[in-house]
Amino acid sequence: MNRIVGKEYFSPNVVKLEIEAPLIAKSRRAGHFVIVRTDEHGERMPLTIAGADLQRGTITLVVQKIGVSSTKLCEMNVGDCVHDVVGPLGKATHIEKFGTVVCAGGGVGVAPLLPIIQAMKAAGNRVVSVLAGRSKELIILEDEVRKSSDEVIVMTDDGSYGKKGLVTAGVEEVINREKVDLCVTIGPAIMMKFVAQLTKKYGVPTVASLNTIMVDGTGMCGACRVTVGGKTKFVCVDGPEFDAHEVDFEEMMMRMGAYKPLEAENMEHYKHDHEAH
Amino acid sequence: MESRNEAWREALRQSMKPKERMAIERVKMNELDGEYRSHSYEEVNQGLTMEQAMVEAKRCLDCPNPSCMTGCPVGINIPAFVKNIERGEILEAAKVLKQTSALPAVCGRVCPQERQCESKCVHVKSGHQAVAIGYLERFAADYERESGNIAVPEVAAPNGIKIGVVGSGPCGLSFAGDMAKLGYDVTVFEALHEIGGVLKYGIPEFRLPNDIVDVEIHNLEKMGVKFMTNTIVGKTISMDDLKEEGYRALFVASGAGLPNFMNIPGENLIGIMSSNEYLTRVNLMGAARTSDSDTPVIQGKRVAVIGGGNTAMDSVRTARRLGAERAMIVYRRSEEEMPARVEEVKHAKEEGVEFMTLHNPIEYIGDERGRVKQMRLQKMRLGEPDASGRRRPEPIEGAVETIDVDEVIVSVGVSPNPLIPNSVEGLNVSRKGTIEVSEEMQSSIPTIFAGGDIVRGGATVILAMGDGRKAAAAMHEKIVKGEI
Repeated sequence: MNRIVGKEYFSPNVVKLEIEAPLIAKSRRAGHFVIVRTDEHGERMPLTIAGADLQRGTITLVVQKIGVSSTKLCEMNVGDCVHDVVGPLGKATHIEKFGTVVCAGGGVGVAPLLPIIQAMKAAGNRVVSVLAGRSKELIILEDEVRKSSDEVIVMTDDGSYGKKGLVTAGVEEVINREKVDLCVTIGPAIMMKFVAQLTKKYGVPTVASLNTIMVDGTGMCGACRVTVGGKTKFVCVDGPEFDAHEVDFEEMMMRMGAYKPLEAENMEHYKHDHEAH
Repeated sequence: MESRNEAWREALRQSMKPKERMAIERVKMNELDGEYRSHSYEEVNQGLTMEQAMVEAKRCLDCPNPSCMTGCPVGINIPAFVKNIERGEILEAAKVLKQTSALPAVCGRVCPQERQCESKCVHVKSGHQAVAIGYLERFAADYERESGNIAVPEVAAPNGIKIGVVGSGPCGLSFAGDMAKLGYDVTVFEALHEIGGVLKYGIPEFRLPNDIVDVEIHNLEKMGVKFMTNTIVGKTISMDDLKEEGYRALFVASGAGLPNFMNIPGENLIGIMSSNEYLTRVNLMGAARTSDSDTPVIQGKRVAVIGGGNTAMDSVRTARRLGAERAMIVYRRSEEEMPARVEEVKHAKEEGVEFMTLHNPIEYIGDERGRVKQMRLQKMRLGEPDASGRRRPEPIEGAVETIDVDEVIVSVGVSPNPLIPNSVEGLNVSRKGTIEVSEEMQSSIPTIFAGGDIVRGGATVILAMGDGRKAAAAMHEKIVKGEI
């Protein structure tokens, strides 16, 4: 059991939670994820760690309401206990002094990107962060990102904040004016796909953190498998970060839709039950 | 209660002539009807009645040199427990079992007795059917549990030495039980949220009910074994953390947690998954089985399970229970070479499972949404024996068949879980990823022992338990001698 000690709404559907998990807070590195189960009937849900507080023994997760499990987690409050939190899982981000690193995050993907931005900055890189969202409310953690970035470019689809346009426009702007040694991208699969296409064109090495379906998160089930460079890899133990130019994003997006019909059905039941109470 | 020379046992031997004992027919397990159970999670084998068990126990000749015992990886004193059943002292029989086996109710259900103890039974040598040792083991363990008088094995005075165990499957549990008996302060670390490893996530309830596993785990708790779920050694806690916390030695029983795929075209289509994923969703997470589970699982109508082992049988029988109209085993060799237990194959057939032997998938075809809709199967024939001694399957040129499927479960074996081997420096690991150990189950790091599938690369519950026992004895000896 892990107690929730902090909760903040970034938007009606995006919540930041601080959860007690002292061992994980101590051992996690940028890029790691955890598996969370809200209650004894809950699904095992992978979430990339957005930060940790060693003194308080907590980790930070940013969750977006999508299906039943994420909605359940978002609706928990300070003082409630999450049934299970296990981690840190996956391989940590490879951090070194590359030179100039562009960190491109979309939507809630900015949350797991934050520790990478911080670690890249601490390793002596020039960090240019590109934050993207559909509109102003969906740009999260901007202040925290600014603290560890040399420059921040904000992109919104509707132009309600920063520049109007997609994340790729922001990334391309940087590539066109200076030498970029590495790009790190986290966000929706479709966004990472387009970032990868862009940076491939310019020959900029790019790492993407994948958020596939998982069950155990320890290599046991293979639900998370993706094709990288023509070979099947497990996101949970071989990743979650891979060379974005080698990832078969089409297949990954297809596989992420495996349970869409069932999830929609479950969500209907969940809403129905909640309205009834 | 164990000695063959005790008066009651001598009297039992005198009470009936061996010839009369040999003349009794082997008991048949009481089973649920095949059609009924193909829709139910109730346990298929219903166990023996007291009367059946006592008659079956009479068949045992109480040999002076019991060869059955040589076939038991954990060395159960088989005649001693069987004769206690014959005289009606079932709780005594259960005690005998527990001296060497931490999980008798589990072993009585899932051990391949026909290849172990029962294959060595003196009856078999004379062309008769073996004593049903497995059924009797299960009977004694169930009787004890249902009686409410579960005996907790005697535990030595605490010696204050902390021992860590990685993994709470059969290997880790059997090691933990033996070390607790010797007085050690044992903590078992489990990565998942449930204790039991493959006994919980892998083996379905219709073969091994979770309640039974829980009772055995609870028994270990009564012996002082501590369990920590959601804890991955090497990730959540490092080896250095454990050393700092005063752990003297570690036993790694992390299992063979990495499913193999065949790397054929279309294998990543939706609806194709490992048996580990399929069984974990259904068994551990309760998908499609309990009404309040949040975990989904695809419930195909035409399900193919690739492979011929026990896990393949568990998967295909689960598919039937989840509503598959057509549930098929696709296996590249013939039924004779199948590694699954004879009983599992029989049960699967009774439940309406089709067996497509001498067929091997070569490609999967998907629909426009990426869901599997067909598989292409290469027909095979048997050639000369290969390294495993089994006849090698060879493709029959041009003989390819296409079959409609909407779900495929790949059950072609597992590889060792890389988590521990990757996170411990200085640990010798084989090319296959298994941890290399000495005869005494000691790894290249003297304070780390290992056993079960992380050493064997994919074997049985009972071999894993045997490793656990062996490692406990060896570790204890080295600690006593001051070597570690």
